Amino acid sequence: MNLSDIDPVTFPPVIEATSAMDRRSFLKLAALAGGGFALALYLRGPSALAADASPAVTPAGAEGDFTPSLFIRITPAGVITILASNPEAGQGVKTALPMIIVEELDVAWEQITVVQAGLDSRLGRQVAGGSRATPTHYDPFRKLGATARALLVSAAAARWSVPVNELNTPGDARVVHTASGRSATYGELATAAAALPLPDEKSVVLKNPADFRVMGRRISGVDNPSIVKGAPLFGVDVRQPGQVFATLVKCPVFGGVVKSVSLDAALKAPGVLAAFVVKAPGVASGVAIVARSTWQAFKARDLLVIEWDEGRTAAESSAGFAAAAEVAWKTPAGPLMRNDGDFEKAFATDGLVRVEARYSYPFISHANLEPQNCTALFKENGRIEIWAPSQAPQRGCDDTAKALGIETSAITVHLTRMGGGFGRRLTNDFMAEAAVIARSYPGVPVQLAWTRADDMQHDWYRPAGFHALSGAVDPAGKVVAWSDHFVTFAAGYDTDKVAGVATLRPDEFPSRLVPHCRIRQTPLPHGIPLGPWRAPRASTQCFAQQSFIDELAHAAGRDPVEFRLALLGEPRAIPAEEKGAPVFDSGRMAGVVRLAAEKSGWATNKLPRGRGRGIAFHFSHLGYAAIVIEVTVSNDGELTIDRAVIAADVGRQIINPSGAENQAEGSVVDGISSSLVQAVTIAAGRAEQSGFGDMPLLRLNQAPKIIETHFLITDNPPTGLGEPVIPPVPPALANAIFSATGHRVRDLPLNRADLSWS
Amino acid sequence: MSLKLTVNGHTHDLEGVDPTTPVLWVLRDHLNLVGTKYGCGQGLCGACTIHLDGQPVRSCVLPLSAVAARRLTTIEGLAPDGKQTPLQKAWCDLDVAQCGYCQAGQLMSATALLARTPKPADADIDSAMSGNLCRCGTYTRIRSAIHTAATASST
Repeated sequence: MNLSDIDPVTFPPVIEATSAMDRRSFLKLAALAGGGFALALYLRGPSALAADASPAVTPAGAEGDFTPSLFIRITPAGVITILASNPEAGQGVKTALPMIIVEELDVAWEQITVVQAGLDSRLGRQVAGGSRATPTHYDPFRKLGATARALLVSAAAARWSVPVNELNTPGDARVVHTASGRSATYGELATAAAALPLPDEKSVVLKNPADFRVMGRRISGVDNPSIVKGAPLFGVDVRQPGQVFATLVKCPVFGGVVKSVSLDAALKAPGVLAAFVVKAPGVASGVAIVARSTWQAFKARDLLVIEWDEGRTAAESSAGFAAAAEVAWKTPAGPLMRNDGDFEKAFATDGLVRVEARYSYPFISHANLEPQNCTALFKENGRIEIWAPSQAPQRGCDDTAKALGIETSAITVHLTRMGGGFGRRLTNDFMAEAAVIARSYPGVPVQLAWTRADDMQHDWYRPAGFHALSGAVDPAGKVVAWSDHFVTFAAGYDTDKVAGVATLRPDEFPSRLVPHCRIRQTPLPHGIPLGPWRAPRASTQCFAQQSFIDELAHAAGRDPVEFRLALLGEPRAIPAEEKGAPVFDSGRMAGVVRLAAEKSGWATNKLPRGRGRGIAFHFSHLGYAAIVIEVTVSNDGELTIDRAVIAADVGRQIINPSGAENQAEGSVVDGISSSLVQAVTIAAGRAEQSGFGDMPLLRLNQAPKIIETHFLITDNPPTGLGEPVIPPVPPALANAIFSATGHRVRDLPLNRADLSWS
Repeated sequence: MSLKLTVNGHTHDLEGVDPTTPVLWVLRDHLNLVGTKYGCGQGLCGACTIHLDGQPVRSCVLPLSAVAARRLTTIEGLAPDGKQTPLQKAWCDLDVAQCGYCQAGQLMSATALLARTPKPADADIDSAMSGNLCRCGTYTRIRSAIHTAATASST
């Protein structure tokens, strides 16, 4: 189950899915057995639907024989339910996506109830990843809401025998005929609307954005009232009748397997029901303990006597990887990924300012505050029910089916809220593990809970990386040569293929903005589990790129903002070279750089020595972001991060400004946390860190007190915000530290560097 | 052996529960009060914060034997009449949470802070709240919500 060679979040691109959808008639009316009115959205086409059995985890779907995914349900009593199809990990989709439907349906936000769907193949892409929920759903969900509204209006027109164009919807779940003073609620019209044929898709008129009443409003998350009173929401909160609790002890060395085990002492421990070796396809080797409580299971772990076959990864270490990078840099080998112009010749040209520097960043853990967990129940009828905090439940269902040797159709997956995702829960090892353990207990729900140490020592880590950069600037301040020899990680052993989450794209910034550009990539073979970590690739590579650009600017005696704007050049669309990758718009990029600079007082408010500002920008996950960070560093090197100013361009509509700003603010804290204090180091094939004592998270007193978010509204399709803001945070911080102290910190985490100055 | 535990005003008989069991797991697995969260088991993240006679404590490192005959309050007992406290309301109004997993612990720490310091300065918030980790990074909103609730309570 090594997923390190898959990039699950960036490709295939949104564009393909959308155009495929447009070719289909994706709207279909379904009359429900209980009366009322419902509208279904096909995302996969009727043929796919016919093959799917109803998983019975979608509330509205249980009502009738023909109930494809139902996003909107209006009962004759006027109860309006909106289905939240995507998994919620704190990115705010459970609120933002229903807002899109509600806007066009023209009902008040306070009039609806949002219900979480389970895994249901009829609902389309149910993934929390890649900042793709907004771009994937924005247009289809508007059409869905608008079509529902059009049918309700048609029902009213028929009832009153008046033309449709004399009717309006004032935004409170009513249709009104102003001329006669008549009105009807959506509930009163529901049954009649359900009987109407679908309108031609082209005839459905979307609202003028100037008339939006819901989108653009600050809406508090739908689960907030439950969160503040401690109601059960999360995976680990699942409690089913008769539930038992399990833990799984895995080899501390990645890929190690159980050689022998003595279970006797653990089996005698209080509350322990069973202990056994877990072995299943794609599931890590380990020893499971099942007990009456989580604590009893955890406590019995120490009583196991396990001998491991540690395997080949036991020889690996972070120090070894760093040494291998040095060797690779000394003896560059393998094909170049990019070789524009003639780097060597250009770099050696007289009269240029030349800089060479090496950058590195370590592995880090996702550190979800809710450790991985999953609850599984084998039912007597042969079906399996799973409650999963998963960002990619379909993939988890597939992995589980493989581990058990059964069909996915036998598995029902309920989606719980997640105590953080950040990419960790795109890999669903916990689902298959829970299912394999529960297989021993038919009829009994089993909750597998990982300890914090399990979570940190068996992560799918953000890849470490090593960049050797060279660049040259001409007297006019133009970057004429750029070279990056990136030493990274292969997709395992015995392969030249680079792990998907650790690869540098050949058309990565600043290629194509620099005439002589050379990129080489050397993958190291290894056995470390790697996975997507928030803004995969971008959130690490941007640190090296934007720090080095800063070095070039300072070396050339140029202002870092002006230097960046000059590099971006004239506003233009630069198509990606990789199939399906998005176009880079240098004008949008420059727009957010200018906005961040302006709002931060970059040019107008100069700071004394010991204080500094740094800027960085990046384009990823369809979003353009720039950030300015302001720091104070005392003479003895104590760092205070005073302020962060974010400028982001994610298109023409911010669906929920509160949620959007929260994502941006959180990205700043996460970006600081991951670059300032975090590292997972490998020694003897295992993670040396096991908790928040040695792999810390930023604390409230370390976070900037002021985080400002400014959105640059441009006439482009709305896109997501879970990821684009984070990549420029680490380099903006490092650039600010340089500005304040003159220390250029090139190796993360930044807190390992001595920042004292005099 | 049987221990008695008073949580949110209700007294429970805990038959056969090992007295060394951390209160966190008694709440979650024996009493089904799952609002109190497990984050680290080392008292480092604050997700498990409850009140012991009104004082904030980390329930993951607090053995059951240490709390018999004491008064415990969990997130479920913050608003016994069902009406949100000013802090809970501020948390909702300012849309503090992202994933929400840490927020029960944050609210328990913030509630204890306002009980002893009704109008906290930023420095008071720093010292009272820095033991509670938020992986999503909602710290600026937590700070704002505490100030908002403090203002609401005093008017």
